Amino acid sequence: MSDYIAIKNNETILLESIPVLRYEDFLSFNTSLLSNEANHCVHYFGYPLPDKLKLICCIANDEENTILISSSEIKVELNSLPSFSAQHLAFHIFEREIHENFGVAYTDHPWLKPVRYAFDRADRNSTIGQYPFYQINSEELHEVGVGPIHAGVIEPGHFRFICNGEQILHLEIQLGYQHRGIENLFVRKKKLLQRNILAESIAGDTVAGHTTAFVNLWESLCGYTADDDLQYARTLALELERIAIHTGDLSAICTDIAYQLGSSVFGRLRTPVINFFQVWCGNRMAKGLIRAGKNHFHFSGELADQLRKLFDDFEPDYQEMWNEIKELPSALARLEKTGVVTHEQAVSIGAVGMTAKTAGIKRDIRASHPHDLYRQFNHQPIVKHHGDVYSRTQIRNEEILQSIDYIREMIKNPPDVHINRPPLSPPKPDSFTLSLTEGWRGEICHCAITNGNGELLHYKIKDPSMHNWLALALAVRNNEISDFPICNKSFDLSYCGHDL
Amino acid sequence: MIGNIKILMHQGKQYIPDVTTTEVPGIFRGRPEISTEPVDSIALVDLCPTDAIRLNPVQIDLGKCVFCGECAFAFPEKIKFTLDYKIATNQRESLIVKEGEYNNIILNPDLIREEIAKYFSGSLKLRQVSAGGDNSCELELNACGNVNFDMGRFGIEFVASPRHADGIVITGPITENMAEPLQICYDAIPHPKIIILAGTDAISGGIFAGSPALNRSFLNNHKIDLYVPGNPIHPLTFINGVLELIRKRKG
Ligand code: SF4
Repeated sequence: MSDYIAIKNNETILLESIPVLRYEDFLSFNTSLLSNEANHCVHYFGYPLPDKLKLICCIANDEENTILISSSEIKVELNSLPSFSAQHLAFHIFEREIHENFGVAYTDHPWLKPVRYAFDRADRNSTIGQYPFYQINSEELHEVGVGPIHAGVIEPGHFRFICNGEQILHLEIQLGYQHRGIENLFVRKKKLLQRNILAESIAGDTVAGHTTAFVNLWESLCGYTADDDLQYARTLALELERIAIHTGDLSAICTDIAYQLGSSVFGRLRTPVINFFQVWCGNRMAKGLIRAGKNHFHFSGELADQLRKLFDDFEPDYQEMWNEIKELPSALARLEKTGVVTHEQAVSIGAVGMTAKTAGIKRDIRASHPHDLYRQFNHQPIVKHHGDVYSRTQIRNEEILQSIDYIREMIKNPPDVHINRPPLSPPKPDSFTLSLTEGWRGEICHCAITNGNGELLHYKIKDPSMHNWLALALAVRNNEISDFPICNKSFDLSYCGHDL
Repeated sequence: MIGNIKILMHQGKQYIPDVTTTEVPGIFRGRPEISTEPVDSIALVDLCPTDAIRLNPVQIDLGKCVFCGECAFAFPEKIKFTLDYKIATNQRESLIVKEGEYNNIILNPDLIREEIAKYFSGSLKLRQVSAGGDNSCELELNACGNVNFDMGRFGIEFVASPRHADGIVITGPITENMAEPLQICYDAIPHPKIIILAGTDAISGGIFAGSPALNRSFLNNHKIDLYVPGNPIHPLTFINGVLELIRKRKG
């Protein structure tokens, strides 16, 4: 018997077709896969069986467009498991979650700390106010605590710095404040519409990203094939969302270096893009647009004309602003060589999305595990190599232009209206499905498991921020603490997407 | 320098001249109108994801509604969402829209505390706390201050420290893990102070209502000065609601 089953993105398989390995074999199989840089862990999680814990590990192979699924069943009381993370750091966050949720104690995990203080955590006595921060006892060093509530209108999280004067030696990021129990709600709320709306609320800045992951997963689970109109809307929404948020982020980066003109211009350039979502579907964040098995908002030729006009107006103003900033010495001085993530670091922590792509890793679901219209795009990910704030600024610029090109191509042929779509069948029983999308932040992964009646037994969500928060902590080392805001903004990671 | 001036010129006028009368583009889902048309009311109630629809008479609670629009798709002759974005109010019951009643949603002047008009009508500084918000309301609150909506022209601004603030704007369903920081932040704001709930999640828990990860006890102990529904709130809903709150006077 093989160690794994290889599936494609959005493929539903029988749960029993996933090989169950002895824990030692499970560990060595999955950790050895990561010695090949084309492989990375897209999800690793546990869920309880009556008297055991089932662990499922999902490793994507970006060259062969497959995801290798394997599993193991352990007794939680056993208490002395060796960790994957000791072999490869990329597993650290997943094992911390398994530890927090189920009390699995690892003998050699390098950083076995709470992830989010989930309401259903194993140890209810450990609370968010008592997080065990790393400390260095020294008279020369001082600590700076920031948050959970920050200066701006943003989500909460706590940053604890250990500094030598102005220089950051160490940053520890403590999250969990946004925990809403959303994975649990997916199981508890039984109506499809409720789940669809939950997916829209995982991270309200990534509505298209997370909702596409959900609907693709759900349709696969129900054996439903999305027609071209549905695929078109999802792909278009994903690329529009990328343009909108990237443009907003360029504005925020300008704000953080006190470049008022860039801040205002990029800020107002975002407005017509999100307003277009409102014109299309009635909501500036695209809530309501993407639904499993249906589409209330057909993308008409008239909308296509409006969008073309929007880009005709957008591009010259955008280009003019970008040309200015990219040659502005006072701006570049703040962006270049600040907050560097090296290629080595990015590989070791299993970085995804912009963080990976700006550290020389070609990792982009649109190219490696394409879904919807990406299957026809031959998408070439934009890759940068310096891993600094400026690279993360540049990639946004280039991805904006690339997305506009894709959309200009797409809107030449808007899809036909589909009436009388077949209804969704019920989800298949005893099944497992995995869905990947490339949101603007990076790779999103949703997994679902059904029971013998086809009811949802377990739902797992991974926002790209799960991988990338550690990248921010590493990037700011040896930087001035005053550069923290610009570093943080250049990653723009999700708190709620992480905390769930 | 010349480049900067050129860019500035090319922007033209971006601000919305009158935020109280401007029209929103597209098919925005604002204040719903419910006709008296008879429909399969059981099916109508059942389809709503957040139990926002009640019967006798048919009514939608905008404090619970996530504006998904599904009720209007299923029963277009019964429910229709209008472009009216002025849906903020200071009275929880005013968020309930009933069939056959097509009135605007307004603030009740009798419920506005005297200090509000007295101290805040020309300048209001707010501290925002996201307590499980999904970052969509937060983005829209930020947008309130951008060059398009330019809320700052009315003296309404978000500030970094609660000690500089006149009130708090809460987004999100209020998680257990944020319950204490929220209370500490509120306590740090000097009197008199106001509380605004921004977004359906904050008002009722929204799609998260009933989650064991929430702790909404803060709301039991304090009077709410303004409810701003939306998923997320529209900047114009927020700005108009706050303007009414600080400018409306009794009688
Ligand atoms: S629009 Fe509001 S009332 Fe209508 S179904 Fe959705 S949540 Fe319920």
